[in-house]
Amino acid sequence: MSFQVAIFYLFAAILLSSAAMVVTIRNPVKAALFLVLAFVTAAGLWILLEAEFLAIVLVLVYVGAVMVLFLFVVMMIDVNLAALREGFVRYLPLGAIVALIMVVEMSVALGPRRFGLARVPAPAPLGSHYDNTRVLGKLLYTVYVYPFELAAVILLVAIIAAIALAMRRRPGTKYQDAGRQVDVTAQARLRIIKMPSEPKA
Amino acid sequence: MVSLSDYLILGAVLFAIGVVGVFLNRKNLVVLLMAIELMLLAVNMNFIAFSHFLGSASGQIFVFFILTVAAAESAIGLAILVVLFRNRQTINVDELDELRG
Amino acid sequence: MSPQSLYVAIPLVCLFGAVAAGLGGRVLGRRGAHWVTILAVAAAFFLSSGYALPQVLAGHVFDANLYTWAQVGVARFHIGFLIDPLTVLMMVVVTFVSLMVHIYTIGYMRDDPGYQRFFSYISLFTFAMLMLVMANNFLQLFFGWEAVGLVSYLLIGFWFTRESAIFASLKAFLVNRLGDFGFVLGIAAVEMAFHSLNYGTVFAHAQALRHVLLPIMPGVSWHLITVICLLLFVGAMGKSAQMPLHVWLPDSMEGPTPISALIHAATMVTAGIFLVARMSPLFELSPVARSVVLIIGASTAFFMALLGIVQNDIKRVIAYSTLSQLGYMTAALGASAYAAAIFHLVTHAFFKALLFLAAGSVIVALHHEQDLRKMGGLRRYMPITFATTWIGSLALAGIPPFAGFFSKDAILDAVSHSALPGATYAFYALLGGVFVTAFYTFRMLFLAFYGEPRMDAHTRHHLHESPAVITVPLILLAIPAALAGAVLIQPLLFGHFFGSAIQVAPADNVLAPLAARYHGVLAFIGAGFAGPALYLALGGIFTAWYMYIHRPAVPARVAERFHLLYAVLQDKYGFDVLYVDGFARAARSAGRLFWRVGDVRLIDGAIVNGTARWVVRLAQRLRRAQSGYVYHYAFAIIVGLVVLMTLFLQHGS
Repeated sequence: MSFQVAIFYLFAAILLSSAAMVVTIRNPVKAALFLVLAFVTAAGLWILLEAEFLAIVLVLVYVGAVMVLFLFVVMMIDVNLAALREGFVRYLPLGAIVALIMVVEMSVALGPRRFGLARVPAPAPLGSHYDNTRVLGKLLYTVYVYPFELAAVILLVAIIAAIALAMRRRPGTKYQDAGRQVDVTAQARLRIIKMPSEPKA
Repeated sequence: MVSLSDYLILGAVLFAIGVVGVFLNRKNLVVLLMAIELMLLAVNMNFIAFSHFLGSASGQIFVFFILTVAAAESAIGLAILVVLFRNRQTINVDELDELRG
Repeated sequence: MSPQSLYVAIPLVCLFGAVAAGLGGRVLGRRGAHWVTILAVAAAFFLSSGYALPQVLAGHVFDANLYTWAQVGVARFHIGFLIDPLTVLMMVVVTFVSLMVHIYTIGYMRDDPGYQRFFSYISLFTFAMLMLVMANNFLQLFFGWEAVGLVSYLLIGFWFTRESAIFASLKAFLVNRLGDFGFVLGIAAVEMAFHSLNYGTVFAHAQALRHVLLPIMPGVSWHLITVICLLLFVGAMGKSAQMPLHVWLPDSMEGPTPISALIHAATMVTAGIFLVARMSPLFELSPVARSVVLIIGASTAFFMALLGIVQNDIKRVIAYSTLSQLGYMTAALGASAYAAAIFHLVTHAFFKALLFLAAGSVIVALHHEQDLRKMGGLRRYMPITFATTWIGSLALAGIPPFAGFFSKDAILDAVSHSALPGATYAFYALLGGVFVTAFYTFRMLFLAFYGEPRMDAHTRHHLHESPAVITVPLILLAIPAALAGAVLIQPLLFGHFFGSAIQVAPADNVLAPLAARYHGVLAFIGAGFAGPALYLALGGIFTAWYMYIHRPAVPARVAERFHLLYAVLQDKYGFDVLYVDGFARAARSAGRLFWRVGDVRLIDGAIVNGTARWVVRLAQRLRRAQSGYVYHYAFAIIVGLVVLMTLFLQHGS
């Protein structure tokens, strides 16, 4: 058993168990943290697959941004923890059966008979001069440049949509209005009035 | 050596866990979104495994786009969730049956 | 300009006039409306008589398709014109009478609020009638046929606030529809048999199909040509008001009088006569069809004339006379004397239009009083109307040298020579008709213009001759009513005016004996004194004089003596009762039944609303499946996924 195989099984075990914890654990904060663990282990497996750039992106973007967003929302929303696991056991057998059937079927389809080393031999290691980031960058900016632009637009839409959905103006809140600030003139602020001086009493 | 089928079966099991998560989770919409993230992770795992074993970087590009779309999806999903919670004071999946016939 | 564009212009100017007066009537005003239509019809008349007639007389027959209207599979439908002697004769008659009626209408409709509409309609009618006679194929003929029917409907119901007018227009439309149904079937049969609707093609191939049999029902086969001819004649019966489809014509007198003159006397009703004459190459091949035509025509001529005796409405008397005269023409067609039928059509158009317009003049003078019993003594007040009515009556009664004598005598002679089954009956019916015609015509004349005035004092005080727009057309029509017979008999009957437009088999040429005896107009008149018809006509006039001037008490006694006959005549042989209370009511009951049961219950209830109800019921059940819970949907997706995967595994490699 080579070192790589050992790493694979170790990481796979951590990944699967943390994934299982995500869907079974009661506390959503803990679930989010287990999801972080699952992502990090997955990133490790991707490095094993020589996809360094995506592994880093997964950690930076997913763990660093998306999961923080999840945690933020989970903590912002006040959830009644006691009620969270109701009915869980009742549906567990059915869910387990369905999952089992899926796993068995997929294993039959994807098993060593079709995708084993005999059919798909492991490629030779790419060596130290290989630069995964450069390869992906070249592809992204040449062959996939239009999908890349589209992806950028999708992200922009997501930003605007998220803001538009979640933002609300509470009455009484004070805002700055930069336009009006710039626009302001002396006349709007100061008025000089001529008044007759009051005669002495 | 680790074979392609090992990675694929790992992805399958991960996907199945995600599916079960969607199915079992009846109380918390956030966890439901997390289960979806798990399923996406399983798909990404398959893409990268194929990319590695078939020697084509295009699979990784796909993962790149999936990550992009998934990030957008979770951002909007969470925003909807926040609005939902603000309006109904709950994210209990059991109580969200507006579409019942 | 090419002959083609001039020919096209003839109907189109009328259409232009109709559109201008109809759509722009408000802008044009009353004067503008009558000027534009009169000028249009005058242009059509002068083009017809001044250009088309000389062209055709010089032997230039025009026959061309101008435009392909539609193409369905191999069947092509064209718009095309055939300008031959028959067409030109009709064009001249139609546009002349129409022009007279247009001018006359200025006076007759002076106070009517629908003035522009009326001019638009009569101009449109002229267009339709020209399209009918100028067609070179059956479909365009049918277009004109339906268009004149439509205008007739519009004009009978012109005073659409009168209930009787609405009833009459509907009746005319429905009865014509019955005839048109046969006509359409006839056209379809022509298309089926000849694969063409063009006259020339059809007539050229008719001879080849004369022995073809058409299975009507199992075991019964008729000659194809006979079937076609009979179906076409059904259409002609509707339009030319032959028994038993005649009932609409007397009722059409609800329309304004100029229309009665134009449509229901001079032109539209002659469309059926024109049709059969046009189809002479077909009818010559079918003695059976001609026999039917002959018997129906002769019956109409005699029995409708009898009805004219008992009518008291001046227009209805003339209407029944029209029916009777159309019967004469139809009988002539049946006897293969097509030329005589067209000859009578022409002379009749003149004197019948004259009589109608004269009646209209009387009606206007009496403030729209149409009852003969409230007239009398008018000759002192309306000399021009009186004189022209005399001319028209003499022409109608068939007294030489007026126009009707020549055409009627020719028809009688032709029928007497016919060898068809029923020809003997037809001859005696027509002969009897001559007496009756003279009797009712002069009864009308004597009742209206002689004797003591029977109108109220106020009306009598205001009696005066009609204005020039009314009397000038009367005079202009009186001239051909008096002279057309003597002038036209030579070219139309014995010359070769029609050329190949009318084809008569030598064996059937019943006009040949007459032609052999013909030695000029005066000799023809002299020969008339040898036959019974002239004495019958004179006898009819004398009887009318005796009963209505000499002994005015006689008619009432006669009516009392023969009260059964009188009642039958008053009921018009019961046709109206049978149609209105029999067929129409039965059809309405059937319609109500279909509406109540078929439409409301079956179609609306069971099919339309029924399916909707079932869908709703099904949806009520199905919506239970929509729980609204996300995990149920997710589960459904997963199950679907599992099933799909299983299928792929089983059927995949």
